[in-house]
Amino acid sequence: MADETKGYETGIVVETAEGAELPGDALVVAENVHKSFGRLEVLKGIDLEVKRGEVMCIVGPSGSGKSTFLRCVNHLEKLSAGRLWVNGELMGYRQKRGRLYELRDSEIAAQRSDIGMVFQRFNLFPHLTVLGNVIEAPIQVKRVPRAQATERALELLDRVGLPDKANAYPEQLSGGQQQRVAIARALAMEPSLMLFDEPTSALDPELVGEVLDVMRDLARGGMTMVVVTHEMGFAREVGDSLVFMDDGVVVERGLPAEVLSNPQHERTQAFLSKVL
Amino acid sequence: MGGPGSKEPTPGRSAVPITAVPVRYPERWVAAGIILVLAAMFVHMLFTNPAFNWPYMFDNMFSDPVIRGVWVTLSATVLSMVIGVILGVILAVMRLSGNPVLVTVSWMYTWFFRGVPRLVLAVLFGNLAILYSTIHIGLPFDNYWMPLLGLEGDARFFEIDARTLLTGYTAGLLALSLSEGAYMAEIIRAGLQSVDKGQTEAAQALGMSRGRIMRRITLPQAMRVVIPPTGNETIAMLKDTALLAYVPVTIELFYQLQAIGTRSYQIFPMLVAACLWYLAITSVLMVGQYFIERRFNRGERGVRDRIVGGTH
Repeated sequence: MADETKGYETGIVVETAEGAELPGDALVVAENVHKSFGRLEVLKGIDLEVKRGEVMCIVGPSGSGKSTFLRCVNHLEKLSAGRLWVNGELMGYRQKRGRLYELRDSEIAAQRSDIGMVFQRFNLFPHLTVLGNVIEAPIQVKRVPRAQATERALELLDRVGLPDKANAYPEQLSGGQQQRVAIARALAMEPSLMLFDEPTSALDPELVGEVLDVMRDLARGGMTMVVVTHEMGFAREVGDSLVFMDDGVVVERGLPAEVLSNPQHERTQAFLSKVL
Repeated sequence: MGGPGSKEPTPGRSAVPITAVPVRYPERWVAAGIILVLAAMFVHMLFTNPAFNWPYMFDNMFSDPVIRGVWVTLSATVLSMVIGVILGVILAVMRLSGNPVLVTVSWMYTWFFRGVPRLVLAVLFGNLAILYSTIHIGLPFDNYWMPLLGLEGDARFFEIDARTLLTGYTAGLLALSLSEGAYMAEIIRAGLQSVDKGQTEAAQALGMSRGRIMRRITLPQAMRVVIPPTGNETIAMLKDTALLAYVPVTIELFYQLQAIGTRSYQIFPMLVAACLWYLAITSVLMVGQYFIERRFNRGERGVRDRIVGGTH
């Protein structure tokens, strides 16, 4: 946030070309990420690193920019300023001789195929069966043969606890089941990073547990995860790090247990006193 | 809440069913009586008025030229709907593309073809050969830039005589399909916009490219909204093929029926024959539409309510 005064409102800043020398174990590097929608500045300079295998939970009041940041990671939102690397690749742009070139649609798609995302509202494809949802991208994007994709999809459905729902349509499933299918669908692309955008917020309370169980499993398996959530219990138990965001900036970051039980910043204290 | 509500329910008490005299509606009976009398008069006229000449009609409404006319009508309906749907998809995608040129062109196309009556279009296209006696396929504006570059001759690769291409059936088909494209564009646009934005985002997050998302995710879901009004359009198009008679397309059903009527001074029976033919074919199409809609509405609770109405 040191550069906040530099005036990043307009356009991408070009002078930092040292993005190539990334720490070896960082999978996601966000550098001074800004995002504005018209005049509304939602992200005001986010610097974050997510290491390989790390589970980072992002918490904060609604409107603090958590979801927007997550959507910047896989370039569903274009940054207004700053840089973001995933797996050593600058997201959405190519840097050549000090200039940025927008990537083509197919190149951005290729970058995204390595990043799984799970949405608050599941966003399963309603015209496809559960199996169809899971094999769609591997077949269409990665050109995996159908038989192989199906075999892998059934393994994944088994892993999320839905081995007998392959031929059901999404609308026949409960919210929790739909969200587990959405996780299987994202995993089918063999991503190296998983983004979760409030995955349990749209669920009835009794269905939250089954989704968190799958995510806990995934974390134990070593998956790198960035989770925007309101589930403080999950953040404390599964998270390797906890980020508290408010008003478009990272207010506090640390070990979940420490941040949750001993918040340093008064904004964190105020927020936690309301939700815990 | 005190009183009877708070008492324990007593199970198994016997009850006397209500027997009451129902309200009478004498005015409905009067209205029904009047309508029945009018209907009887109408049927009586059908059988007694000699102008109907039923035997003549039945003798002629299945003659060879008429049956051929039915096939022309059916083929024109199918072809103009197919071309119209393809055009509609292209125009709708253009309209939603965000590119100002494409958006404007799509808008103007729709504006023109929805604003001009189909009858006028049919006659206009029948006379397009006045505009171009021959149609050349080649590079545009060659008569301007070839001399500038010091080149002689032209950049036209082959040519077609417009009087053979743009008359009758082709001209009429062109008028109907171009017009249908404008209506289908609006229907398909409504369908595409009815698909939740989250669907596109989910597909993007999976690494699918824009074209693939359109083909695999957005269009199939839009179809559920698009199909019912397209059925209406098909039925409307079948009726509008009668306009081909004014291009003129002489092999077309309505033209043939009228021709028989005019030739034999039996105009009215052949007009009735036209009504019966169109009613018969549209009835078959309506049955087909019923089954298609039932299939596409299956288990789709939310979508059924969002179906856009017909445009005619």
